[in-house]
Amino acid sequence: MQKILIKNLNLWYADFHALKDVNAAFEDRKITAIIGPSGCGKSTLLRVLNRMNDLVEDVRTSGEVLFDNGNILSPKCDLVSLRRKVGMVFQRPNPFPLSIYKNIVFAEKIHSPSTPRSGLDEIVEESLKAVLLWDELKDKLHKSALSLSLEQKQRLCIARLIAAKSEVVLMDEPCSTLDPQSTAGIEELMRELKKKYAIIIVTHNMQQAVRVSDYTGYFLLGELVEFGGTDKLFTNPKDKRTEDYITGRFG
Amino acid sequence: MRKIKEFIIEKLILLCGVASIIFVVLILLFLLNEGLSLFKDIGPYEFVSGKKWYPISEPPQLGILPLICGSLLVTLGAAIISIPIGVACAVYIAEVAPSWIKDILKAGIELLAAIPSVVLGFIGMVTLSPLIKSVFNLPTGLTALSGSIMLAFMAMPTIVSIAEDALYAVPKSYKEGAFALGATHWQTIWRVILPAASPGILAAVMLGIGRVIGETMAVMMITGNAAKIPDGFLQPVRTLTATIAAEMGEAVVGSEHYFALFAIGLILFIISFIINLTADLFLHRKERR
Ligand SMILES: Nc1ncnc2c1ncn2[C@@H]1O[C@H](COP(=O)(O)OP(=O)(O)O)[C@@H](O)[C@H]1O
Ligand SMILES: [Mg+2]
Repeated sequence: MQKILIKNLNLWYADFHALKDVNAAFEDRKITAIIGPSGCGKSTLLRVLNRMNDLVEDVRTSGEVLFDNGNILSPKCDLVSLRRKVGMVFQRPNPFPLSIYKNIVFAEKIHSPSTPRSGLDEIVEESLKAVLLWDELKDKLHKSALSLSLEQKQRLCIARLIAAKSEVVLMDEPCSTLDPQSTAGIEELMRELKKKYAIIIVTHNMQQAVRVSDYTGYFLLGELVEFGGTDKLFTNPKDKRTEDYITGRFG
Repeated sequence: MRKIKEFIIEKLILLCGVASIIFVVLILLFLLNEGLSLFKDIGPYEFVSGKKWYPISEPPQLGILPLICGSLLVTLGAAIISIPIGVACAVYIAEVAPSWIKDILKAGIELLAAIPSVVLGFIGMVTLSPLIKSVFNLPTGLTALSGSIMLAFMAMPTIVSIAEDALYAVPKSYKEGAFALGATHWQTIWRVILPAASPGILAAVMLGIGRVIGETMAVMMITGNAAKIPDGFLQPVRTLTATIAAEMGEAVVGSEHYFALFAIGLILFIISFIINLTADLFLHRKERR
């Protein structure tokens, strides 16, 4: 089932054409990787999907991004509910300087302020279990989230999205600040999460794309050069530019 | 030749540094010596808790409780007015205002900081106190409330500029994280940015209050200078600082009155020291994180 459908998407930062006529579909309960050299527009595409580009001045878009039967690029789109459903994990883990508990219930508190304490407790337990942190952290839920290790912080940021009841998880190079062992841990978690969520991950690590993703898109200079099943794209690319990139001849 | 020059310059700088420390120590010693001399005659507790300040009666009655109450009341009033307005203004400048309004506001606040306190006191005397007199239907407009309002204007620039710095120092990633979870701008400010900046904001508040407690000229002009224990904001009061400024000229050197004024100075010094120390602790806690 398609979760997000992108049709003829263009984006300009002032007069710089950053995304050029992109067409793609992201499947539910699958992991889609987006690869490509630095500066080619991967993050930009991701930030279209939850309208985080609205924070940048002077951004224009054209085309359609269909999600939940609506075009999220339309001015009528409800940003609050869009961002709740389409959650984002950033490159640097960014837990708030609050307690672990408060980090997790953050979204619940702003979206349904009347949830009773017991409901919040439940959310915290469930989300921490989902990211396999419950056993480690259950006795220090009220400690500052800043005291955690990098990997724990990144897991906490993912737990925050689970608690927000997100349906899509956008990940922008979520492992680039982690060591190989923590990276393996997060990848394992992604495989677990895809049973329930649509995951879109930007990475410039091709091995990572091969290891975790079902579909892969290759970006170059704002253009989606090739998009398809990960196995196929890496073993038998259709486009010469993709082949050059994955065989390491460039990028 | 060059070496000698270097040597001389180095020693000169050292001398300046040492001199400034020596001056501070000398001032402190002088203050201690003069202030503590008072306590040969009356006990410290009696001094601090005495309800009557009649320094020129015979024998003099030197109880500074009314003055302490005056200072506390005026400071409390100024804090109640200046903290919410100052912090709100800092949030507006750092988070909400479009850049041209931001520039105007910042210039205005710098201007406010540059007004000498005597001028502020004078303006308050001719505009604010008649207003308070008529609004509350009082015999005099020179009250604790007038002093609090005037002092709030003095604390505000300090609070705004330091709190604003603290808000700017909050990493942008927190804001992005909150927005990405569907928080509105206001929710982001209230739930993430303000808590993240809270040590800096507390420091801003302490430094603003520190400025208020030490302020003399404006309060002397506008609070009415009645050394009685006040029972509300609408009465004249007299502060610790105003007492020193008003009476030091006429106190006989070496008299009990003279030493009592120094003892008041010592108390002010201790209060300021504690406040600055607290502010410093907050600022450093922020740095360590
Ligand atoms: N806020 C911005 N304003 C102007 N140009 C930007 C902005 N963000 C990104 N760009 C430009 O858009 C292009 C794509 O950036 P980005 O999506 O961050 O690339 P990637 O994530 O693939 O490294 C780059 O050339 C970058 O310079
Ligand atoms: Mg990027």
